[in-house]
Parts: sequence; structure tokens; C-alpha cells
Amino acid sequence: METIAMPAINFAAIMPETILSVIAMALLLINVFVPSEQKAYLGYLSLIGIVVTFFTVIGGWGTPQEGFNGSVMQDNFALFFKGIFLVSAALSILISDQYMKREECNHGELYPLILLATCGMMLMASGTDLMTIFLGLELLSVSLYVLAGFQRDSLKSNEAGLKYFLLGAFSTGFLLYGMALIYGATGTTRIAAIASYVAQNSLAGSNLMLLIGMVLMAVGFSFKIAAAPFHMWTPDVYEGAPTPMTAFMSVGPKAAGFAAFVRVFVIALPTLRADWADLLWVLAVLTMTVGNITALYQKNIKRMLAYSSIAHAGYVLVGFVAGNAVGTAGIMFYMLSYAFMNIGAFAIIVLVGKKGEPNNNVEDYAGFGFKHPLLAVCMSIFLFSLAGIPPAAGFIGKFYLFSGAIQAGYIWLAIIGVLNSAASVYYYLRVMVFMYMKDPVEEFDWLKVSPAIALCLIIAVAGVLIPGIVPGYLLELAQKAVLL
Amino acid sequence: MVSLHSYLILSAILFSIGTIGVLTRRNAIVIFMCVELMLNAVNLTFVAFSRYLGNVDGQIFVFFVMTVAACEAAVGLALMIAFFKNKESIDVEDVNLLKW
Amino acid sequence: MLGAYLPILLLVVISICFGLGALVLSSFVGPKKPSKVKLQPYECGCEPVGSARERFSIKFYLIAMLFILFDIEAVFLYPWSILFKKLGMFGLAEMGVFIAILLVGYIYIWKKGALEWE
Repeated sequence: METIAMPAINFAAIMPETILSVIAMALLLINVFVPSEQKAYLGYLSLIGIVVTFFTVIGGWGTPQEGFNGSVMQDNFALFFKGIFLVSAALSILISDQYMKREECNHGELYPLILLATCGMMLMASGTDLMTIFLGLELLSVSLYVLAGFQRDSLKSNEAGLKYFLLGAFSTGFLLYGMALIYGATGTTRIAAIASYVAQNSLAGSNLMLLIGMVLMAVGFSFKIAAAPFHMWTPDVYEGAPTPMTAFMSVGPKAAGFAAFVRVFVIALPTLRADWADLLWVLAVLTMTVGNITALYQKNIKRMLAYSSIAHAGYVLVGFVAGNAVGTAGIMFYMLSYAFMNIGAFAIIVLVGKKGEPNNNVEDYAGFGFKHPLLAVCMSIFLFSLAGIPPAAGFIGKFYLFSGAIQAGYIWLAIIGVLNSAASVYYYLRVMVFMYMKDPVEEFDWLKVSPAIALCLIIAVAGVLIPGIVPGYLLELAQKAVLL
Repeated sequence: MVSLHSYLILSAILFSIGTIGVLTRRNAIVIFMCVELMLNAVNLTFVAFSRYLGNVDGQIFVFFVMTVAACEAAVGLALMIAFFKNKESIDVEDVNLLKW
Repeated sequence: MLGAYLPILLLVVISICFGLGALVLSSFVGPKKPSKVKLQPYECGCEPVGSARERFSIKFYLIAMLFILFDIEAVFLYPWSILFKKLGMFGLAEMGVFIAILLVGYIYIWKKGALEWE
């Protein structure tokens, strides 16, 4: 009886994923075996897990690990993104506790779900096989459907979960069909093997099946990163989901989507570049413009940030279209700073709301600057960064994305991006106008900052300001992580 | 022998039926069944290619798609139950609280 | 090529004709004496109770959901069991991990009380 030779396993390649999923399962069991009204300790345990994982990510830097017969590759590119996911998960957990307690939906399952979603994102970032990427994407999506509908008693949250689920499953169908056609055209699901097939067959560019597969995959990924015209779910889901989860899903899944998108398109289909760059050019312009123009009309601040997140996906697509080292490093730098600024802004939104009254309208912020000057300064920093005004990190990120596009010869794309960015200043500043230039209507006396949220705000402000003022170190890291 | 083309055309037709169903149906469960139809059309494509290419990767992919579809079904049913409990309906026309 | 399917086509045609023939024939020839009891919907010979469009308890959905989840995982056990000897101890250990992960889920739903009917 001959035995089947096992492929090289190499657990080092999936170390962070393993740690996170083991901790998630342990938390799930602790949650049912140690009954307690206080679920905060689960949050602390998951934070410890995230910190441990973060150290393995740092420890793995610079030593690429390939495992599982080439279906997982933990290179610097994957590690940088894993850092982004861990940061966004940790910040979201920090703001969850107070919110969930206030809304009386303090279920312990929240933390395992966040960890599993993070695990899925990590798998997407390091997957070098269409199968691994698909599994990571689904682990992420299924956890997020539940997180979006986490407030079981709130109809809005139910709706958000249901909508996200139906549209997410729909888009998965397209992504999968694209993967199936690419498998059929090239005979493999390994990204490296697809790349060598496409490189060896000069006619591959005219292979209709390959092209259709590519377009369908682009549709699937565009849905995940919320690019127009596949963005329709975003505002509804962001508005209805519990605010900390909105913060989480506006950053992590978007970054994970970009990681997989970039890896598949840049590594597997470089010879079809001319085709997909045109496609993404149109997508980028559409996404930026639709996101920004619609955001101008929003009264609800969660919806406004949802449309702004669509616009930000557009800016990041600009760096993707550029496809050079500067643009790709820009994507990574931008996603990291976006994690800090966006989750920070959502932390303030959590604070301003009270039970049953989310106070999500821009008018609710009237006079906030006089009542809580420190929090208002934090909010202003985040909004400045989102608008791309120096010295915040958002400015440096945008600068790199657009200069990548200019270097690659996409002058018009960069110009459209800058114009869009200028338009976006209006709706970010409107919130500040309300905070500082209107008389307070409310006393904001219900507002209480828990130590966890304070920590989150401190980290977020530091994460926005430090790379904004001294961007050198992070940019160097991002440049070392570029795939090319 | 049925040729690869027949399988591909069949799965493309099934996929299109599923897509049209998602876009036109109003009952959330029926919409989800249409999504399942799309996923199974993809499975058919994978298996047909796998057989044609003599390569087992496609069949492994089908295993995972099936499992994932089951997980999605479970989560989807749970979300629909939660929605139904609050709204007494699973018609997507009633999913109307969130609008621009 | 398509000729190979001719017998199947014939079978389909014959079975449709046979089924339709039996229905048409019995509707013409058979005696009809309808009564209230005869027109009732058939429910395993018992007297029907309540409307057929009654709602099911939500617990059925829960059981169905859990069934789907744990049922589909068996799909991974079949290929493993066929290659059990060839995969050796390593395969066994990997499957042990897989089952252990499922077990975590099982313990969770058990402790949550999802398996209790009342």
C-alpha cells in the first residue's frame, strides 16, 4: 500500500490565522460555559489574541513563507494587510463594548465573529490560489452578514443584515463564475500557474473565456470593495448595522477585497493589463464621482460616511490602475490610514448617540465643539484626514495614490481624483461647521467616554497624525511590501 | 458523449435563470434559492472543466462551494427569521426602512 | 452522437403517453360519485385538522439550519474515508482537527439550548 505524499504544509504560513481562529473558538466556548452578564472580559481576551497575532505578523516580516502546496503565501504584502486588518479589528472591538451595552445587545458572540471575520480577511490577503481566496472571502462575508444583523431586536439592523446577505451572496455567484471560467481557460486555480499559462500563451489575450472570467471576477471584487456601480448595498447596510460594526466593515473587508483584487489581477493576469486597466479606470472615475456627489446630499452622518467610503474606494482604485510601485504602496498606506481615520470618526458617532436615539443627523452635532472640545478636536482631525488636508495621513496617502497615477501616465485620472477630493471637502467640513459654528441645541450630558473608547481615540489620532507628519517609516514599509 | 460545450451552455443558462430570478423575485427565500441555483450552475461548470481537463482541482473547488453554500443558507435563514420576527414578512418590498 | 440518446427519448415519450393515457382513460371510463369525504384532501388517512397553510413553528427552521450545517460537513469525510489507508496517520490527525472544530460548534449550540425542543 503506497501512501500519498503529503505536500509541504508549513504552518508558519498560516500562523496568524491559526492563532486567531483557535482564540475565536475558545471564546465561543468560554461564552457559553462561563455565564456572565459582563461580556467585556471576552473583549479583553480577544484583544489579547489580536495583540499576540500582531506580534507573529511583525515576527514574520521579511521572511516569505509559502505553504500548502503553493495555495498560501505569507509575503510582506500579505503581512502589511494583516496588520491593517488587526488594527481595524482591535479598534472596532474597543468601541463595541460601550455601544453594545447601551443598546442592550451585549451578546458574547460578537467577539468570536469579529475574530473569524479577521481570519477570513487574512486568508484573502495571503491566498495564492483562487480556492483559498474564495474561502477567505466567504469566511469574512458570512461573519459580516451576522455582524450587520447583530442587533436582533432592531428592525434596521435586521434589514441591513438581510440586504447585505442577499446582495453579498449574489455577488459571490459572479465572483465564482469568473473563477470557474478562469480555471477552465487556464486549467489551474493557482495564481502562479495562471500567470505562467497566460505568459506562455501569447493568444491568451484574445481568449474570450479568460476575458469574461476576468470581468466577472472584477464584478465580484468590486462589490466587496463597494465600487460603483456595485455599491448600492453600502449606504443601507452601513446605516442599519450597529455603528461599531459599520466601522469594522467599512475598513477591513475593503482592504481585504483590495488585497485579493490586486494579487489576482497584478500577479495572475499581468499580460491582460491593458484590458483590465481600462476597465478599472472607468470604475475608479465612476466610483469617486458617484460616491462624492451622493455624499453631498446626505443628512445622516452614517450614510454620509458610507458614501464617502465608496469615494475612498475610488481613490484607492486610482492607485490600482496606476499599477506601479508608488501606486501600490499608496494603496497599502492609504488603507492603513483609512482604518485609523474612519474608525476614529465612527467612535465619535458611537459617543454622540444614546440608547434608542442614534443622533446620526448632522444637525445633532450642533454646538458639539463647545460642549466637548476635546472630542470635537478628535473628530475634526479625522474629518480633515478623510478630506485629505495636510498634515493628516489621508493627505499623504492620496498624494501617493495620485502621484502613482501621474507617473504611470494617467494624468486625467489623477486630475479627476483631485477634483473629487476637493468636492469632498464640502461635506466633511459641513459637520465641522455644525460642531463649531452653530449654537448647541443639546447639552450632550449623556455622553460618557469609556476607557476603551478613549484608548481607541488616542490610537486613532496617533495613527492619523504621526504618519501624516513623519510618513517616512510607514511608506518605507509599504514599499517593501509591494508585490511587483 | 456530451461535449464540454453543452455543459457550459447549460450552466450558463442556469446561471442566467438564477440571475434573472434574483432580480425579479420579491420573496427573500425565493431570491436566495435563485442564488443557490447560480452557485450550482458554477459547480456544474467546475465539474465539466475538471472532467475535460483531467484535473481534479475543479472538483475540490465544488466541495468547498457546496459547504460554503450550506453555511450561507444557514446564516441567511437565521437573518430571515430575525427579520420575520420583527416585520411579519419576508417580502423584499418590505425591506424599506433604509433608503436614500 | 445524439443517436445514443434515442432509447432515452423513446422511454420518455412512452412513459408520458402511458401516464397521460391512464389519466385520460380513467376520467372517461371510471364511475364518479363524489361525496364530501372523498373530496377532502388526503392526509395519511386521518381526518384533516386545520388549514394546510398553517405556519410552522420557528423551531423547525432552527433544526433545519443546524441540520444543513452538520450534514454538509460529511461531504469531506467521504473522500478521506476512501483514501483512509493511503493518507495514514497524518490524514487521521487532520480529520481529528476538522471534527474537533465541528465539535466546538456542536458544544456551543448544545449549551445554548438550540437542541431543546421546549
